[in-house]
Amino acid sequence: MADEISDAIIRVRDITVQFGKTRVLDGLNLDVKRGEILGFVGPSGAGKSVLTRTIIGLVPKIAGRIEVFGIDLDAASSAERRGVERRWGILFQQGALFSSLTVRQNIQFPVREYLKVSQRLLDEIMIAKLGMVGLRPDVADRYPSELSGGMIKRVALARALALDPELVFLDEPTSGLDPIGAGDFDELVRTLQRTLGLTVFMVTHDLDSLYTACDRIAVLGNGKIIAAGSIADMQASQHPWLRQYFHGKRARAVMG
Amino acid sequence: MNGNPTLERIARSNGLALCAAGPWTARFAPVLERMVADAEKLGGTRPNIFIDVSQVSKLDTFGAWLIERLRRSLTQGGIEAQIAGLSANYSSLVDEVRRVKAEPIVETDRVTITGMLEQVGRSVAGIGGTLIGLIDMLGAVLAATGHVIIRPRGFRLTSTIHHLEQVCWRAVPIVVLITFLIGCIISQQGIFHFRKFGADIFVVDMLGVLVLREIGVLLVAIMVAGRSGSAYTAELGSMKMREEIDALRTMGFDPIEVLILPRMLALVLALPILAFLGAMAALYGGGLVAWLYGGVEPEAFLLRLRDAISIDHFVVGIIKAPVMAAVIGIVACVEGLAVQGSAESLGQHTTSSVVKGIFFVIVMDGVFAIFFASIGM
Repeated sequence: MADEISDAIIRVRDITVQFGKTRVLDGLNLDVKRGEILGFVGPSGAGKSVLTRTIIGLVPKIAGRIEVFGIDLDAASSAERRGVERRWGILFQQGALFSSLTVRQNIQFPVREYLKVSQRLLDEIMIAKLGMVGLRPDVADRYPSELSGGMIKRVALARALALDPELVFLDEPTSGLDPIGAGDFDELVRTLQRTLGLTVFMVTHDLDSLYTACDRIAVLGNGKIIAAGSIADMQASQHPWLRQYFHGKRARAVMG
Repeated sequence: MNGNPTLERIARSNGLALCAAGPWTARFAPVLERMVADAEKLGGTRPNIFIDVSQVSKLDTFGAWLIERLRRSLTQGGIEAQIAGLSANYSSLVDEVRRVKAEPIVETDRVTITGMLEQVGRSVAGIGGTLIGLIDMLGAVLAATGHVIIRPRGFRLTSTIHHLEQVCWRAVPIVVLITFLIGCIISQQGIFHFRKFGADIFVVDMLGVLVLREIGVLLVAIMVAGRSGSAYTAELGSMKMREEIDALRTMGFDPIEVLILPRMLALVLALPILAFLGAMAALYGGGLVAWLYGGVEPEAFLLRLRDAISIDHFVVGIIKAPVMAAVIGIVACVEGLAVQGSAESLGQHTTSSVVKGIFFVIVMDGVFAIFFASIGM
């Protein structure tokens, strides 16, 4: 990944993250292009979620530089940082909906905090977002504990999209969904990327998602990016883990 | 970004054009909403109004929806207002918001007097439910104890020891410190007031009886309710939230036996020990103050203490401890299992665990006072 991509929306350079004595990420470099859906794969426990959390600033790094929208997050003032945070949306693995707020309040929460708009517009935007993620308006007054797993994911995505971000992080969006639901979700991400011009950073284990939704795939191993490129590049790779991943029993099933 | 978004009214040959320009995005939503609200007033005043969006540099859901909202309010009398100059990039977004149903029904709970009275009524009626819940839990715990006695292999020794460490061993420093200070204060106040009558030495009687019979155990029970009762509720509550308790049940384990019995037992064993340590610390603190502040020599203090108190005082105090522990434990476990799905509910039940725990401890103390008075102890 030495070649510079000029329109990178996320630029990660020489990131090192360590928990105690275990080094999870070791001098990792990664670029995410504007407008693409990047699928991020790797063995369980390789540090995919750690990288996501490092980029969004939830995990401290011991070395390296992260630029999002061309702003160096370490050098940014708190106002600049808030500006960046307003332009990205994050879907956590478990949804991370606020359990004491209704669906309506969950989706409106970021909008209410950042924009001074009328309750009417808040409600209308909330309904529009629910529609975009394929939910009917009548779930608006339910609490997260009254939703199914798939609905939680969808509401969480609606919340991540509430402020119309340019960049969305999805941490295993299809895990825990049935295959049809997962397929719908991939389709949904594709549609949203087209309509809203989103850039999507998607951590996933789902081969179907990689085939149907992603423009480019990056593979994490031993704390570094071991490969990045299109699905065809991945299939052609001779790396043992990649060979197993893309030519294993499940991969053959997906490819038909 | 090319400046601010605008919405100009331009008269054209084919009617009035509302020309939207600039970035119509979330950032400008407050401005956009005001402009759209102004333009909406034009609805019905002129026959041919259309919205020209060809100059819009950037559009997101907010902008698209506001344009759609404008279009709907201009659509009157069967003549649909048109959107012109929509670029292909944004047409799918506009189609998306077009599917949004108009005016969501907003339901708000209004505060009314009848509503408030209803709330009060429900709370009062709920007291009965609370008592039944507590008795239910007491029964379940006793049944589980019976089970364990019949089948001792089901007893969780490791878990019990672990909880004993949490609620007893780790509580010792704070319990000893607080009771020591309370002993000091009682002694100081006693000496200060008794001195007026030249009755300094009677502070020993007061301290001995008060600490051993009442304050020692009551204070420790209140501290345990705040410290361990709340912890039990929070632990069980978050296990309930994550369906861990359901998981146990489906594996064929009784949550009462696995989770609650070890906790109850640990608490019932811990409270007498803590009450004893607390009473000793309070007597020590009181004696120290009596010596340094009141000039009562330690030998005189001990002699007087031996005369003033009998073993009855100590027994009365210590007998209350396990009962109070059981009350605290049962309240904490009932509240823990009553937690619903939200973080707010966890907070509410933890609060009410401590409040109810302390309340029942004081009620029990009163019941014991009547009982011991009537049997002459």
